[in-house]
Amino acid sequence: MPSTNLKTGSITFEAMKPGGRLAPATPKSPTGITGFDAMTGGGVPRGRTTLVIGGPGSGKTIFGLQFLAEGVKSGEPGIFVAFEEAADRIIANAEGFGWDLDQIGPREVFFLDAQPTPDVVQFGDFDLGGMIATLDGKATAMGASRIVIDALDIVLALLPDAAAKRREVYRLHEWLLTRGLTAMITAKAGADDTATVTPGPFGFMQFMVDCAVTLNHTVVLGVSQRDLRILKFRGSSFDENESPFLIGSTGIEVAVARTPGREAAEVTNERVSSGVKRLDTMLGGGYYRGASVLITGFPGTAKTTLSGAFAEAACLRGEKTMFVSIDSDGPEVVRNLSSVGIRLDRFVENGLLQMVSARTITGSAETFLVRIKTMAQLHQARCLVIDPISTLSKPGNGQTAHNVAERLIDWSKAESITLLCTSMLDEMANQQEGGSPLQISTLADTWIHLNYLVQAGERNRGMSIIKSRGTAHSNQVRELILSDDGVNLADIYAAGGEVLMGTMRWEKESAERVAKEVDEVARKLKMVRLDAEEAELHVRVKSIQVELEAKQVERALLIRTTKTREAELSGGRSRLRELRGADATKRIPASR
Amino acid sequence: MTGDSVFSFRLYVAGDGQNSARAIANLNALCQARLAGRHQIEIVDVFGHPDRALADRIVMTPTLIRLEPGPTLRVIGTLGASNDVAAALGLASADG
Repeated sequence: MPSTNLKTGSITFEAMKPGGRLAPATPKSPTGITGFDAMTGGGVPRGRTTLVIGGPGSGKTIFGLQFLAEGVKSGEPGIFVAFEEAADRIIANAEGFGWDLDQIGPREVFFLDAQPTPDVVQFGDFDLGGMIATLDGKATAMGASRIVIDALDIVLALLPDAAAKRREVYRLHEWLLTRGLTAMITAKAGADDTATVTPGPFGFMQFMVDCAVTLNHTVVLGVSQRDLRILKFRGSSFDENESPFLIGSTGIEVAVARTPGREAAEVTNERVSSGVKRLDTMLGGGYYRGASVLITGFPGTAKTTLSGAFAEAACLRGEKTMFVSIDSDGPEVVRNLSSVGIRLDRFVENGLLQMVSARTITGSAETFLVRIKTMAQLHQARCLVIDPISTLSKPGNGQTAHNVAERLIDWSKAESITLLCTSMLDEMANQQEGGSPLQISTLADTWIHLNYLVQAGERNRGMSIIKSRGTAHSNQVRELILSDDGVNLADIYAAGGEVLMGTMRWEKESAERVAKEVDEVARKLKMVRLDAEEAELHVRVKSIQVELEAKQVERALLIRTTKTREAELSGGRSRLRELRGADATKRIPASR
Repeated sequence: MTGDSVFSFRLYVAGDGQNSARAIANLNALCQARLAGRHQIEIVDVFGHPDRALADRIVMTPTLIRLEPGPTLRVIGTLGASNDVAAALGLASADG
């Protein structure tokens, strides 16, 4: 609205303020359904009608009940119109999910039994005026703001023609809007109606309402899969994808890929031991706390053993740990691991370690995730092992398994749980490193690959770290050795472009030892010889020196005698001359 | 059938719409033709008495309840085709 400032004559537009022109976001009423409120950004449109369409057993009634139970929590009384099931049975069902609607009392949630009696006789046209009048009175009396009309299709089926159905639906919708009730109408639909928006029996309802949700329940290769899709949501953005959901112990839980808390997840530099000393060294100190570790390998490459070593190390630190074993029973795993010196029994006894045999968890990958989450939360696990996670991708779960694995990693990160998953590589043919069936290798922080090396009639286990985020890690393949006293890593021999393991490594090692000894002896021998030569030389030096001295003495003697003689000679000559007296004594002798 | 028992009906209607008027007219015509004064009709407008509608669990209107003679019977709709309606309500046919 332009407003004129009289003093200056300028015109200001209030609406120009940032965000001023934006229509207020559609107000929403939370449904209390985990994930659904996140998908819609807050719930179903407040004061409007939401249509929930689904086949038999798809969870429509539970959807509605959860919506009402949430309303009660926030002080919004509600009405439930039961066309299909008797109210007392619905109340009993709700109690199964921990929503004590019976205890809440009729002031908060009122159930209207509206099932047509089996002996009802119908002649001619009718309308839903009776219900609307009843509900209107009741809604006023209790100040209801939420209403669920469950299985409206039951009563519509009694109406003679499409025009009458349409008329009654509009009448009901009109009333709901006038009352400003946040409504949820559920209706059954065949498989064709849910997937498409074609105007089937309830097609026009989808156009009429402000929000439409379809619930699907399918069985893929014997595994039950549920998913939910929001068809429309007037005046709001929403997550348009089919999202798997689960009916768990606390109601409907819709799987949303990213948990909002993810960003807030605590990141630490703390390392936790892998349970194998040399592996810790290779990883620069161990796994990061809260990291997700993936161990891939063929059957029998000691994936479980590495997992067990990790679990034992965690328990030794006094951390609560959960070991989910899918292939074998918990006690079996404990027994098998004790043969390689990993003793988990003591931790099972003192309650630090919880062994879960997941063979008992049947159903979809979604169910699996929720059960694991619940159990881990109950146990307050700090470390979690899932062996192997690849079971999730068994037939029937192909589509959701990756998503589930992704959310498992997300969740464990958010909870700062160190997660170790093993993954089976199914086909021996698929010898390539890299193909992990769930493609979670890209999500995992640390990826350790185990494989066999067949050489000289032996199969030996090799271990390499393919990746480890945020860690300088060794790039070398090591040999994994299982013995009575635990897991060890040995250096492998890489000679002439060939990697040696097992007995060949041992042979190579012993050959090297022998060669070393021979060398040693040869060296010693040479030393002795040199010593001898040196000694000999010393002796020779000594004798030469003595000889030299003798010569020097001889020479000195010779010089002295020569001088003496000369002196004697000259002395004798002068004396002779003197004696002769023939020449002057000063005369220089002519020659010698 | 019970030749001289008194019939007691309660008819729930929603407002004064077409369905209501039709149901009232049809019921009156039926009673007049077959019961000749041995009947009581109570007409209840659900909008005026939602509590009564609730007590009788009225969802669809018009709903006719035969209170007497027992057991109670319910018929939904505007009560069009008279012979069938009469049979359902246990009324003697016009001829017999």
